[in-house]
Parts: sequence; structure tokens; C-alpha cells
Amino acid sequence: MAVVAARALLDDLRLLARDSSRERVALEQLAAWAMRYTSMVSLAPPQALLLEIAGSLKLFGGLERLSAQIQGDLRELGYGVATAVAPTPLAALWLARNQGNSAVVEQKRALTQALATIPLDHLDLDRSLRKSVRGMGVRVLGDLLRLPRDGLARRLGRELLQDLDRALGRLPDPRAAFVPPLRFHEQIALPAEVEEVEALLFAIQRLVSGLAGRLQGCGGGVQQLELQLIHRHERVTSVFIGLAAPARDAVRLLELMRERMEHLSLPGPVTEVGLVAERVLPFAESNRDLFARHGEQEEDWLALLERLHARMGEEAVRGLYAVAEHRPERAWCDDVPGQARAVPRFAARPVWLLPAPLPLEARRDRPWFHGVLELEPGRERIESGWWDGSDIARDYFVARNPHGVRLWLFRELRGARGWYLHGIFG
Amino acid sequence: MNLDSHMQRAGVWRGGDTPPQDSGLATGIPQLDSLLGGWPQGALTEILVPEEGIGELSLLLPVLARLSHARRWLAWVAPPHIPYAPALAGAGIDLSRVLLVRPRGATDGLWAVEQTLRAGTCGAVLAWLAAADDTVLRRLQLAAEAGHAMGVLFRPARLASRPSPAALRLRLEVTPRGLAVHVLKHRGRWTGGPVYLDQTHALALSSFSSPAPGRIQSGRVR
Repeated sequence: MAVVAARALLDDLRLLARDSSRERVALEQLAAWAMRYTSMVSLAPPQALLLEIAGSLKLFGGLERLSAQIQGDLRELGYGVATAVAPTPLAALWLARNQGNSAVVEQKRALTQALATIPLDHLDLDRSLRKSVRGMGVRVLGDLLRLPRDGLARRLGRELLQDLDRALGRLPDPRAAFVPPLRFHEQIALPAEVEEVEALLFAIQRLVSGLAGRLQGCGGGVQQLELQLIHRHERVTSVFIGLAAPARDAVRLLELMRERMEHLSLPGPVTEVGLVAERVLPFAESNRDLFARHGEQEEDWLALLERLHARMGEEAVRGLYAVAEHRPERAWCDDVPGQARAVPRFAARPVWLLPAPLPLEARRDRPWFHGVLELEPGRERIESGWWDGSDIARDYFVARNPHGVRLWLFRELRGARGWYLHGIFG
Repeated sequence: MNLDSHMQRAGVWRGGDTPPQDSGLATGIPQLDSLLGGWPQGALTEILVPEEGIGELSLLLPVLARLSHARRWLAWVAPPHIPYAPALAGAGIDLSRVLLVRPRGATDGLWAVEQTLRAGTCGAVLAWLAAADDTVLRRLQLAAEAGHAMGVLFRPARLASRPSPAALRLRLEVTPRGLAVHVLKHRGRWTGGPVYLDQTHALALSSFSSPAPGRIQSGRVR
């Protein structure tokens, strides 16, 4: 009816403009998400998806369980859905439009009876065709099927006849498979401006579920995510999350986001939330060892690393490696933890190395550090590094101070010949 | 042949069976092994020292080496200086299992210790915490149990008189007879007398050029 008439009937009517491009985007996102149930999904715009599920029945444990799972998951995503199951795509589409409470037709020969009561409004007929059909007194599909075929073709067109044949399974009905785009970009507009993290996480959870479903469908994982928080006047706060290895577990991704967001200070209330994953990488589930104890799996280690990174940053969590270098301050480096590197052989070294050598006082030609230092016999002369300008020439000694602390110190062989403390044995 | 005898035969693994409890991680130092029976696993150990560098870390190096080769990780949280990789490698530690965590503040540090203890992937977590009261220590103890990890806290010796929920408390002291290890508390065992270790217990950390074992010389202060 016209808007004016509607307004007359209901005073406080709220009108929302229909945005068909966003509807199309949402349909495509749902199609990509639906690929976790089957590899064959096609779009039936403006608001339908066709899923070919014959191959998925065994994996999901039967038609009823699959149907219940799809409906439950869609509800969680926030969509209302009417489903129907039939041997042909068109029949399923018309049944879903008509009854919408999970009509199930399993055999082709039951199709004629099942489709009989569908009103012709649910078919995609154009205006003139609809007029002529109504003029003939035909209201439901059953009536149309009873009419003689050649007469139908002549008066209403071959197309309609072919559609009926496809619906009944007499003609093949190949559909174009939907190919999801490689880049994931979804946005949810929040119903009101939000400032608390918990409320934001609720919306983010839906985005993450959508992403996880999509990744499961295409067998991929993500290693980098960008969470976009959109404020008023189009200002965007971006939160980047990096993972140690491609992942697609919704719970884990959500935990990481929660960790990151708890330390975030928002410049203002948020109106929309978006999630972007630029690249989808191939993902392989590692086989879990049945008898391994908790914590011995490789992914538990990666999960710990990610948690530490998320809260403290990558610079605070490092691995230590030995470098083949004579100069002690260069004989080590820090890097991403967990790499296996060849270890050069060294003479005895202290467990702690000072960041820079500490000059020591010398009293009567003996080094002094909280007491006179007794040098143990033996020394190590290191002269190296002439090739890059930071050459050293030092004699290294092990010494002990009156408190019993063992120290590693050296004496410069050139220049002032001063004593320096370089390390402490633990 | 009834069901019970059938189930008891070797070759049938039941899902509810718990693995045998480890009695303790061998320290690698004979005197410590006989005194302590090994480092407690799944619990906190406190090592109290009057000052750093008297040999507290060298007590742990053998067990750290063994844990790293058993595919467990070693986490060093907020150490006072950078652990020197060549020294760790020389003690036999697999460097690909070493994790150095340098948190910004005390809260981040406590959180990191709890996370690494609880994760289950770390075999040992060495932590230098500034302030840890009873509640915090109790939480860390629970985290160590959950993750079956050996948590080692290094704390100043003046806290020896304060009670603590750690399963094992050791106080180290340098004496003319060697490094004295006093057992202040040992859960489930009779605490023995102090053990005196000379520096030869450490692998490859003794004086590098003299083949004879180095003895502790009393520092003569002029």
C-alpha cells in the first residue's frame, strides 16, 4: 500500500529506506559463510541462498541435524530464515518462499503434490505474465500443472514451461556456484552508540563467527586481522591483530580481540564495527595426538605466544640465540622465539651479561667492585673485530668479590688499560 | 575370564587413568638430589639470596637443560639482566625453547608469570618479581599446578622470615665452606640440614682455564 495510507493507519510508523546494495553484500557474505556446510552454494537474489547438501548429509549426521544446525547458526548471526529441502533447486526455492517452516520433500515423485498448493505469487513471473495467468483463473501451481503443455507454451511462453519442468526435475537445472572473494570485509552497524568494551565484543563476536564460518568453508586461515571501530564523522580506530600461524578458531580470535581491546582507550562512542582480513592463507589442522597431555601440542605454544604478544607487544617477548662471534657483546641476539639455530661452541661464559661494560675503579692496580676483587687464575684474551671498525682487545678474567659473587671482567689492552665489569656468573 | 581380568591385561588403555605422579625433577647435583629429592614439579619454588650472582642460577641449569630437551619451554620473566645465550648454550640448554619476557610494569609481570605457568607448554618459569604478597603467591602456586610447571621465584633473603605458600623454599648463603643451601620449607618431606656446594657443581661454569676444581677463597679485605 502507499506510504500515506500506511501512515494513516498507524501514527508512529518508522520508515527505513531499503538499501539493495547492502542487501546484496549481506547475501554474498552469508553465501560465503554457508560454504562451511557445502561446497556448492548459489545465490538466488534478492534474499535466497541455494545449498546443495546431498554430499554433506553424512558428515553432519543426517538431514534433521544439518537443518537444525544451519538454522541455529543463522539465528546466532542475527538472521531470520525460512528453509525448505527438495530434490531440485527451484522447488526448494518456491517451497521456502511459500511455507517457510522447513518443508522437506525427499523424493522427486512427491514433488508434484508438494508444489500443488504454492500460490503463483512465489514464482518470479513478470507483470504481464502474471496478469494473463490471473485472467485464466489459475491461482496455485497445481492448477498450472494440470493445463495441457502445448497450450501453456503457446499462451504463456516456453520459459514458464521450462521453469516448471526444471522444478519437477524433468529438465536439468545447473546453477552457478558462488565463489567467495578472497578478502573478508564485513561491517555491522550498531543499533546505538556504544562505549563499553563488552557491548562492542558482542557485535564483534558476530563478525568473528562469520569469518570463522567462511574460513572453514574455504579451508583457509587468517594470520592478520584488522578490527575497525567507526566513530561519528567517519573517524576510524583500527586495531591490528597478528597471529603466529594461520588460525580460524572463532573462540581464539575472539579472546585475542578481547585482550587487545581491554587496553584500548576509545576517542569516542562507536557507531559501526568492521572486520577486515586481507589475505586468506591455506590452513591445515594439525592432527592432535590422542595421548598427549595438555600443553604439549604445538598450537598451545602458539596460543600462549599470541596471548603474551597481545598484551605486552612483540618486543617484550623474545627468544635468545647465540651468534658465532668472538666479541662477547655480539655473541648473542634476540629474535622471534622458537627457531632452531646452530649453536657455536664457546668457552665458559657468565649467565648474566651487562648491557654495556661497566668501568671499575682500580685501587692499587686491582679492580674494585663492592670490595676488592680476587682474580682467579687464568685469563682469556679476545682481540677481534678489526674488519668493521668496532674492534676490541681485551683480557677477560673471572673474579670473586668479598660477598662471594663471581664476576666476569676484562682489562683493556690498549689505551687507558682500564678494568670493566662485563658479566655476572649466576 | 571376566571383564575385570580382561581389562587389567596390558594393552588396554583406559581413558580415566591418570599418569603416575612425578616425584620431582632431578636437580643434576648429587647433594641437592639427596637433600630435596628433586625440584617440585607443578609447584612454586622460592630461592632467597642475599644478592645476585652467588650461584643461584647455576643450581638450576642442569634441570633447565633437561627440560628444554624434553620439548618443554623455559620462560624467564623480568630477569635483572639479559641472560647470556652462549652461557645457556654451554650449560646444555636448547635455545630454541627459551622465552625471554620483559614486561613493562609489575602487573604485566605478574600476569605474564601466571600465563606462562598455567599454559602447560612451559616446563620451568623463572621469575624475578618485585613485590609479591601471599595472595599473589597462592595464585601462582595454583597456576603452576594447573600447568604442571616448575615455577622458580628469586627473592631477596630478607623475606626469609615471612611465610609463603611456595612448596619449596631455599635460602642461599656464601660461607667459607662453600655455597650453603638452607631448606626453609619443603612440603611433604623432612627438611634436612644445609648442604654446602663448592663451585664445581655447575657444568662448564667453573674457571675455564684451570683443569683443577676451583675452591672458594675467602676474600681478604685489606
